[in-house]
Amino acid sequence: MNWGATLPLLVLASSLLPGLVIFFLPEERVATRTTLNLAGAVLKLVLVGVMIWGVFHGSHYETRLPLLPGLDLLLRADSLSMLFVVLSSILWLVTTVYAVGYLEGSPNRSRFFGFFSLCVTATVGVALAGNLVTFLLFYELLTLATYPLIVHRGTDEARRAGRTYLIYTVAGGTLLLLGTVWLYTLTGTLDFTARGFLSGLDEAHHAALIIIFVLLIAGLGVKAALIPLHGWLPQAMVAPAPVSALLHAVAVVKAGAFGIVRVVYDVYGVQFSASLGVTLPLAIVAAATIIYGSMRALFQDDLKRRLAFSTVSQVAYIVLGIAIAGPVAAVGGLVHLVHQGVMKITLFFCAGNLAETLGIHKVSEMNGVGRRMPWTMVAFTVAVFGMMGAPPLAGFISKWHLGLGALDVGQGWVIFILAGSSLLNAAYFLPILYAAWFKPPPDSWPAERSFGRRETAWALLAPPLVTAFLTLALGLLASAPFGLLQWARFITQLEYAP
Amino acid sequence: MSDIHWPVIVILLPLAGGVACFLWPRRSVLLGLLTALGVVACVAGLGGQVVEQGAQRYAVGGWGAPLGIDLYADGLSLLMLTVTAVVGLGISVYSSGYFERARYGQDRARHFWPVWLFLWTALNALFLSADIFNLYVTLELLGLAAVALVALAGGADAVSGAMRYLLVSLLGSLFYLLGVALLYHSFGSVDIAILAQRVEPSPAVWAAMGLMIVGLLLKTALFPLHFWLPSVHASAPAPVSALLSALVVKASFYILLRLWLEVFPFANAALAQLLGLLGAAAVFWGGFQALRQTRLKMLIAYSTVAQLGYLFLAFPLASITGWTGALYMLLSHAAAKTAMFMAAGNILYFGGHDRIADLDRVVQRLPLTITAFALAGISIMGLPPSGGFIAKWLLLETAIRSAQWWWGGVLILGGLLSAAWVFKVVGYAFTRSEVPHEARAVPATMEWTALLMAVLAILLGLFAPWLLALLEIGSPFGRENAG
Repeated sequence: MNWGATLPLLVLASSLLPGLVIFFLPEERVATRTTLNLAGAVLKLVLVGVMIWGVFHGSHYETRLPLLPGLDLLLRADSLSMLFVVLSSILWLVTTVYAVGYLEGSPNRSRFFGFFSLCVTATVGVALAGNLVTFLLFYELLTLATYPLIVHRGTDEARRAGRTYLIYTVAGGTLLLLGTVWLYTLTGTLDFTARGFLSGLDEAHHAALIIIFVLLIAGLGVKAALIPLHGWLPQAMVAPAPVSALLHAVAVVKAGAFGIVRVVYDVYGVQFSASLGVTLPLAIVAAATIIYGSMRALFQDDLKRRLAFSTVSQVAYIVLGIAIAGPVAAVGGLVHLVHQGVMKITLFFCAGNLAETLGIHKVSEMNGVGRRMPWTMVAFTVAVFGMMGAPPLAGFISKWHLGLGALDVGQGWVIFILAGSSLLNAAYFLPILYAAWFKPPPDSWPAERSFGRRETAWALLAPPLVTAFLTLALGLLASAPFGLLQWARFITQLEYAP
Repeated sequence: MSDIHWPVIVILLPLAGGVACFLWPRRSVLLGLLTALGVVACVAGLGGQVVEQGAQRYAVGGWGAPLGIDLYADGLSLLMLTVTAVVGLGISVYSSGYFERARYGQDRARHFWPVWLFLWTALNALFLSADIFNLYVTLELLGLAAVALVALAGGADAVSGAMRYLLVSLLGSLFYLLGVALLYHSFGSVDIAILAQRVEPSPAVWAAMGLMIVGLLLKTALFPLHFWLPSVHASAPAPVSALLSALVVKASFYILLRLWLEVFPFANAALAQLLGLLGAAAVFWGGFQALRQTRLKMLIAYSTVAQLGYLFLAFPLASITGWTGALYMLLSHAAAKTAMFMAAGNILYFGGHDRIADLDRVVQRLPLTITAFALAGISIMGLPPSGGFIAKWLLLETAIRSAQWWWGGVLILGGLLSAAWVFKVVGYAFTRSEVPHEARAVPATMEWTALLMAVLAILLGLFAPWLLALLEIGSPFGRENAG
C-alpha cells in the first residue's frame, strides 16, 4: 500500500464513513452514534497528527484520481492545507462533544450527525484540495451538507434562512465554476502552485484574468461573507448552536476565506495579483467589511446575531491580511484563520449554553449571568478579549502582524481600520461583559433548567473551556518553536521568497 | 469468446424473454428479471468484444449490405446499449415491486412484462442498426411499445395521453420515413456507411434532411415540439415514465446524432445554431414550467424537457468535447431521471398523491426516497461530484474555448433553475409536520432501486475518464481535427 497516496483519503474517510453509517442508525441508538462520532473525530485527529509528522519530515502526501481527461481529483498536504486541516479536525472533535450534549433528547439526531460528518468531510476536502476543480467539488459539497443543518429545526424561520443560504451559495458556486472553467481553457492546468501558475501567460489574457479573479473572489466571497455578499450569514444563525459554531469558526465561512488565500497565493500568486492591480480593491472590500460588520453588530440585541455580524467583520481580517500583499501582514491573516476560529467557536458555545440552560437569547437578558454561570462566562470573557485584540491573547497576535505588515508596505490607512474595528469590538462586546459580571441578576431566568450543583451539563461546559484555553495558549505560545507564527511564516516565505 | 455473435444475442434475448413472459404470464416477474440480468450480461459481453477488437460490423446471416441487414457497434452504440441495460435492469427490479402489489392488478402486471421486453428489444436493435431503414423499423416498434405501456395505467387520463402519444409518434416516424424514401431514391442505398460516401448536397437531400430532422425532433420533444411530453410522461405508471424519460426520447436523439455526423456532415452552421437556440429555449421554458408545477410528476416531466434542451447545445459547439459533453449529459440524465420518477412513484404509492404542497407528510416517512430524489437532483442541477457536473463542465469548456460564451450562460442559468425546483421539493423533508394519516408501506425494492439509480448518477461523476475512453472506440465523432 502506498502510504503517501492513501493517507489523504483516509483522513477524508474517517469522517465520511461514520457519517454514512450514522444516516442509517435508528434514532434511539444513542450510544452507537456517539461512539461512531467520537471515534471518527479522534481517528481523524490521529491521522492528521501522523500527516503533520510526515510533512515536517519531508514526506509528500498526494492522491490523484482521474476526474476528466487531463484533469485530476487531487488531494495534497502542503503547509497551508495542514493549517486548515489541523484547525478543523481539532474543532470538530470539540464541537462533536458539544453537539452530543446540546442535542440530547431532540428529534432527528441521526440525520443531524450524518450531515454534520459530511460537513466536516467537505471542509477537510476543501483544505486538502490540490487544485481548483477539487476545491470546487468540496466547496459545493459543503453547501449541500450545510443546508440540512441550517434548516434542521424545521421552523418557518429556519427554512427561510436555509433558502437565503442556498440562493447565495448556489449562485456563488456557479460564479466559481464559471471562473474555474474559464481559467482552465486558458491554462490547461489548475494545480495549486506556490506563487501561482499564471504569470507566464500572454499579456493579451490579462483582461480576462482580471475578470476571472473577480468571478472567483465573488464566488468565494459569498461564503466568506464579504459585503455585499454577507446577507445569508446573520440569518443562518437560527441553526442550532453547534452548527453556528461550526459554520462561523471552521466550515463555511472559513472555507470561503481559505479559498481566497488559495486563489491569491497558489493560483495567481501575490506578486502577479499585485501587478494586475486586483489586491488593493480586495483590501478595500475587506476593510469595508470589517467596519460594516462591526457597525451592524453594535445594534443587535439578539446575542447570536451580534456574534454573526462580528464574524462578518472578523473573517475579513484574513482577507485583508492577504490582500495587503506584504509578508508580515500575510502572517497576520493566516494566523487569524486559526485564531478567529478558536475564539468565535468559544463565543458560540457560550451563547448556546446560555440559551440551553437559562433560555437567554438576547443581550438585554444577560444581566448578572456571570454569577449563575461563572465558568461559561469566563470562557466568554477570554474569547471577547481575544477578539478585541488584547495582549497576550490570540487576537492580539493577528492584529499586531496585520498592522505591522501594513506599515511595512506603506499602507498606513489599514492602521485606522484596525483601530476603528478594535474600538467597535469593544463597544459591542464590553457592555455584554459589564452586564454579565456587574449588573444584578433578575429574579428568574427566561427558561431555566437545573443541572444540580453544576452550572450546566459537562458536555456543554467542557468545550468552551477547552477552546478558551486554546485562545490563551495560542497567544502565549505564538512564537514557540513549531508554533503557529513559525508555521505561518514558513507559508509566506514560499510565497514571498525571491 | 471473440466469435460469439453478441450483437444478435443482445437483440434476440429480450425478444425471447418477452415472448416467454407472454406465454407464461404467471412466471412473468421471474422471467422478466432473468431476462434483464441476461441482457446486462450480454451487453457486457458485447462491450468486451468491442473494447478488444474495436468497432464491430456484423452481417446478419452472412448477407452483407446492401442486400442483408448489417449491425454496427462502436463506442457510441455501446454506451447507449449500456445505459439501456443498466437503467433497464433498474426499472425491471423496480417494476417487480411496483406492479406486483400496487393497485395494478395481476392483469396489468401480465401486460407490462412482455411489452417492456419488446420495447427493450426495439431499443437494442435501434442502437445496433447500421442502416436508416432499420432505424425506421426499430423506431416504429419502439413507439408502439411505448404507447402500449403508457396506456397501461388505465383510466381516462392515461388513455387520452396514450392516444396523443400514438399520433405524435406515428407522425414523427412518418416524416422520418419520407426522408428515408427520398434518400433511397436518390442514392440507391439505405446503409449509413454507403450513404456517407455518396450523399452530396442537392434539393432532394435538403428535403430529406428537413423531414428527418423534424420527425426526430418531434419524437425527441425538443421545444417547441415538446407539447405532448409532459402530460404523457406524467400520466404513465412510474416505471414507464422513468423509461420514457430516460431511454425512449434518447433513442430518437441518437438517430439524429448519427445522421448529423455521418450522413449530413455538410449541414450548415445556421441550422446548428437554430438547434442550439431551440435547445436553449427548451432549457428555460422547461425550467420555468417545472418551477410552476403543483404536481411532482409534471414537474419532473418538464425538467425532462429542459434537460433534453442541453443535448442540443452540442450542435452549435460542434466539437468532440461538446459531443461527449452532450452524451455524458444524456447518460447522467438517464440515471438521474429514472431515480426521480421512481422516487415520485414511491411517493404516490405511499401517500396516494403527488401534490408538491403536501409532500412533507409523505417524504419525511420515506427518507430513502427523498434521498434518492435529492441525489438525482444534484446531478440534474450539475453540482459536483455527479455525472451532470462532468457534462456541464465539458459543455462549458467547449463554449468558452469556441468563444460562444452565451451557450455557457444557458448552462449556468439552466442549472440555477433546476436548483430552484430541486430544493423546493427537497425542502419539504425538513419541515415539522406531524403525520396523522395511515399509509401503505413501500416495498423495500422500490426504495432501494430508486436510491441506487441516484447513487449511480452521482458515481458517474467519478468514472468519467473510463466512459469517455469507451466513447472513442470507432471515433463516432470524428478525429480531433474535426473540433
